[in-house]
Amino acid sequence: MDKLLLMGLNHKTAPVDIRECLAFTEADARMGLDRLAGDPAVEEALIVSTCNRVELLLVVADADRAVASAKGVLGQIKQLPLTDFEPSLYVHRGQDAIRHLFRVAASLDSMVVGEPQILGQMKNAYRLAAEQKSTGVILNRLLHRTFFTAKRIRTETGIGDHAVSISYAAIELARKIFGELSARQVLLIGAGEMAELAVEHLIRQHTGRIFVANRTLERAVSLATRYKGHAICMEEVADHLSRVDIIISSTGATGYVLSHGDMKGIMRRRRNRPLFFIDIAVPRDIDPLINTINNVYVYDIDDLNEVVDDNVQDRRREAVKAERIVDEAVIQFRQWYRGLGVVPVIKALRAKLHASARAELEKTVGQMPHFTEDDRRAMTRMMDALVNKILHAPTSYLKSDGCIGDRGLSLDITRKLFRLDE
Amino acid sequence: MQMPFILAILLYMLSASSYFAYLFFQRDWLQRLGGWLLGGGFACQSLIIGWSYYVTHHVPANNLHETLALTAWTIAGAYLALNLRFHLKVLGIYTAPLSTFVLLAASQAPRTPMQPENLLKGAWLTIHIVATFSGNAAFMLAAGVGALYLIQERAIKTKSRGFFFKRLPSLDLLDTTGYACIVSGFTMLTIGLVTGMVYAKIIWGRFWAWDAKEVWSAITWIFYAVLLHERLAVGWRGRRAAIMAMAGLAMLLFTFLGVNFLLEGHHGQFMQM
Repeated sequence: MDKLLLMGLNHKTAPVDIRECLAFTEADARMGLDRLAGDPAVEEALIVSTCNRVELLLVVADADRAVASAKGVLGQIKQLPLTDFEPSLYVHRGQDAIRHLFRVAASLDSMVVGEPQILGQMKNAYRLAAEQKSTGVILNRLLHRTFFTAKRIRTETGIGDHAVSISYAAIELARKIFGELSARQVLLIGAGEMAELAVEHLIRQHTGRIFVANRTLERAVSLATRYKGHAICMEEVADHLSRVDIIISSTGATGYVLSHGDMKGIMRRRRNRPLFFIDIAVPRDIDPLINTINNVYVYDIDDLNEVVDDNVQDRRREAVKAERIVDEAVIQFRQWYRGLGVVPVIKALRAKLHASARAELEKTVGQMPHFTEDDRRAMTRMMDALVNKILHAPTSYLKSDGCIGDRGLSLDITRKLFRLDE
Repeated sequence: MQMPFILAILLYMLSASSYFAYLFFQRDWLQRLGGWLLGGGFACQSLIIGWSYYVTHHVPANNLHETLALTAWTIAGAYLALNLRFHLKVLGIYTAPLSTFVLLAASQAPRTPMQPENLLKGAWLTIHIVATFSGNAAFMLAAGVGALYLIQERAIKTKSRGFFFKRLPSLDLLDTTGYACIVSGFTMLTIGLVTGMVYAKIIWGRFWAWDAKEVWSAITWIFYAVLLHERLAVGWRGRRAAIMAMAGLAMLLFTFLGVNFLLEGHHGQFMQM
């Protein structure tokens, strides 16, 4: 299990400017995967990059060297000095790495728990890695289990409904403020996964123009083209506040993007037309004091959570259920992984014994010219049967659940006993 | 004319109950029923008023009873007219009880006949009365819409979605409707004031007599004029507009009733107790 290693940073550990500098494009990811695959310390590799996280999942031969080389790849490809992002990095190994991966895919680690985009983004990352041939037996199996677990959590718990209902709740509120949403203009500040979900729902209401503001204009442009909107830079946000009606903010900047003082003049310019802020960032982007201004309404993620279901108890229960499913999946994978260790040992053992038997048989039969072809075949069958008989007990012992606790030890002894490594 | 009058009260009451049932159970047929019942009450009153006009050739606004009945009639009428343009059925919970209440008050008010020489006659006066009453009815609706706005705004602002959140329409609709009510009320009040002045010129030989009612009507007119101007100029909308619409109603009630009861003037006799 120690061969599995996950290194990354997310919205909880890294400020948005770092995350944005490290966000991988598809080309970046391909390049990174190639470099990692070329490193002897790394056996398999996968890179997941979304607006809220960058994660490298590796199967390593040498953990320390692999971590160093992964950090190098991050820094070189995004041309960022290591000191900038190193403090934000977390490294999980073995079981912890698997659990983290499962939780991310099931959207338990997201800014808005249960948002559905992340699974698609991970599938994309896996497809990319498979195309670059950087995945192997372990990652293939692990990713399939990840997708399976995420789907299971989605169908068996209410986690997924929750995010969807949050964006619906936001739209219901917008309707209670604006009535018809057609021709209402929308401004996205920052581009998180949840924001995209909300925007997609809004577009279905035939809203008017959509503006996308982001710290990196490149990402703003790519989102804007997707939603047929207009990209603007962060400095233009204040100007656009007098034009738009609904603002969805999800930058995850450490401080407020908009403070109470910023809004005063804006409302005068808007002639007091109502303004609705949907702040889904954690920590918040929009100063909650802004809600006290006339005709301005600010709802943050906690408010929306409360709107969606007043019963917090229910939500906790669903979360517990989801965590339980993750735990189950981790245990299952661990069992498979340990089984994976047994198989090569047994294979090697069988090969060694069969090879010895064949060699001895050849030697003996070579001195018996009176043996017919039928006799030879009978002798071979007898030898194979004998080897299989001898192997039966040790094989079933190694495979059995009886030695789960110290299977590693048993495998080690087996290798030494039969000199399998020679 | 006693039968249709009682029938009108009854229909308004039933309409009010339908609207309240609609508020609680949210069945669409309940508000439609409320609308038809209110329409029925309005028809009964129209019959009475029309008959009275046919017989005497003047608008029946000669004593407190008739004045109040006319008020109830214009409120119901204004609401029905409003519903042609705006989808705001929930306002029925305000208008139907209001009409009922005013008409009940009318039934209790004395029907002192007026001296024949003071009888209200003439086209100018008819327009004056109809316009003023419709204007007042529109302002009353504006205040009702304003109250609904404040309730809904509070629910959204404090994020405590209570009983009303689902039941009330959007802030935008409430605000627009309130604005439309004030614009039409203001138009009607202006027409009412102008025709009143013309009538005064014809009868008393001067446009303006500094009569208490006249002064207070002018103050009311200026109040609503300022309200509209501020909305267009600096965007007095939403919460502030709703509060002002309700404050306007207080002023209106004083001008309509208070002046007659507390102060003296040539409108006094039309409200005789």
